[in-house]
Amino acid sequence: MKIRRVALNIFAWTIALIWIVPFVGVFMTTLRPLDELIHGWWNFDSFHPTLENFASAWNHPTAALKKGMVNSLIVAIPGTLIPLMIATMAGYGFSRYRFPLRKSFFILVVITLALPQQTIAIPIFQLMNSLNLIDSYLGLILLHSAWGLPWITFFMRNFFTTIPVAAEEAARIDGANDIVIFFKIILPVALPAIGSACALQFTWVWSDFFLALILIYSPNKLLITQRIPLMRGVYNVDWGLLSAAAIIVMIVPILIYLLLQRYYIKGMVGWSLK
Amino acid sequence: MPRKRGSKYAAFFLLPALIMLAVFVIYPVGRTAYISFFDENGTFVGLKNYSKVLTSREIIDLSGFSRGFPLGALVHNIIWIAIHLPLTIILGLSLAVLLKGVKGGSVIKSIVFLGMVMPMIVGGVMINFMFDRNLGIVNAFLGLFGFQAKSWTVYPDSALLSLIFGSVWLWTGFSVILYSAGLETIPKDYYEAAELDGAGPWKTFTKITIPLLKPITVVVATMTLLWELKIFDIVYVTTAGGPGGASNVMALQMYICAFRALDFNRAAVVAVILTLFTLLVSIPLVRSVRDDKR
Repeated sequence: MKIRRVALNIFAWTIALIWIVPFVGVFMTTLRPLDELIHGWWNFDSFHPTLENFASAWNHPTAALKKGMVNSLIVAIPGTLIPLMIATMAGYGFSRYRFPLRKSFFILVVITLALPQQTIAIPIFQLMNSLNLIDSYLGLILLHSAWGLPWITFFMRNFFTTIPVAAEEAARIDGANDIVIFFKIILPVALPAIGSACALQFTWVWSDFFLALILIYSPNKLLITQRIPLMRGVYNVDWGLLSAAAIIVMIVPILIYLLLQRYYIKGMVGWSLK
Repeated sequence: MPRKRGSKYAAFFLLPALIMLAVFVIYPVGRTAYISFFDENGTFVGLKNYSKVLTSREIIDLSGFSRGFPLGALVHNIIWIAIHLPLTIILGLSLAVLLKGVKGGSVIKSIVFLGMVMPMIVGGVMINFMFDRNLGIVNAFLGLFGFQAKSWTVYPDSALLSLIFGSVWLWTGFSVILYSAGLETIPKDYYEAAELDGAGPWKTFTKITIPLLKPITVVVATMTLLWELKIFDIVYVTTAGGPGGASNVMALQMYICAFRALDFNRAAVVAVILTLFTLLVSIPLVRSVRDDKR
């Protein structure tokens, strides 16, 4: 029994090792000069760590991540807050009111969850073009806000259905109207769920590539994810540079995940399991 | 419980979301479906675009089965599903069960989940890195068994498969997390009772764990299928669908038609076909919402 237990532990940690080795790999590749990598990053005959690759990715002449990070924040922050507000209200509406076609509307929202971004790409491009919003962050923010609505609505509605209405009823008897009730009573109670949705939506907007690809063109406006493919050389891959760029781009969502792990996982599970 | 009928407040809460969805999602979907039936001059052509696309070599290329890759974007998506979906479910379920009884299991879970957290454009870079000729850990490992090192993603016969196996590494965290959450909901007495009855670990696993986790499996399968159908970033950044279309997928093909070839009508057809697949896959999700009494 004891041997079995030890074997299981060793097996599990071997799996963890397999999963983490690529991360260690990019990290080592970033930290070490090119000539040390010829025999593999796992070869430590000589080891001279340097932060040069981070610096060159950060200040890259044509695709500086410094600028990309600022641009992505400009899009991701409103692209998280706007849909969060609107969808929290919608989720509350779906959970508390009865009206004609309530179920149909809700099913429609759920169906939009399944859509690929490619389905809306052409009309969105034409619509943004006619609104003069191509190559503008406003267009992209609006689009991200709309695209985030279905899942946040779904998620918040599922959360609100688990909250008893007693407190709201009491407030109503005291003469508060529904809007006051929502902002004064419901929002504070919903903060943990909103936190989960916030972590996930921010991560997804930050990580998005396709919507930015079809709407943002100017080299200095490119978001951080759009700069990654530009870092790859044409003939030879500069792995040191590309690894550094990969680490910089993923560090933001990974930090969010590590700091808000409980909310993050709850969001992930609640989003799909209801 | 829904409390009021026809309240004026319902509009206040719901209209902003519904209007935004209508403008930026519902209308574009309808518009895409609409232009898929027209040619570039705006003449209605019925299903002609569809027959053109479905018989084109970029979408389905059956001669590839005797010649080798490419097999067409749609077939590549199906291969992706055929390999990735079972691996996701088997790995997710077995890891969730394994990690439950292991020291530091939650740390291992977090490590496996890291693949899910990073942007998929970075995920693609990581896959390229793993399969690289000089730096890739895959070659270092295979080298132990005497295999010749190569950059697996640049050859037609191995490009797609490398991406698929790499994407397993990225996505397994999702199913592990969901199955772990599901395991928490199974009452301990079930296992205690089974043990009293003399059931071994395998029997408990197949007779208790698997059946009770069936709802989770449905969710994992649905979400994973949607992910596989929507694959874009990983392919774009690693191989751009190449070499020679050998790793092309539907979402990328739509992008190439629309924004490289500037053929919006053909691109719309690709988008509609892809959408039909995603809708088909999301039937269980829609059904569970429809039957939800809340």
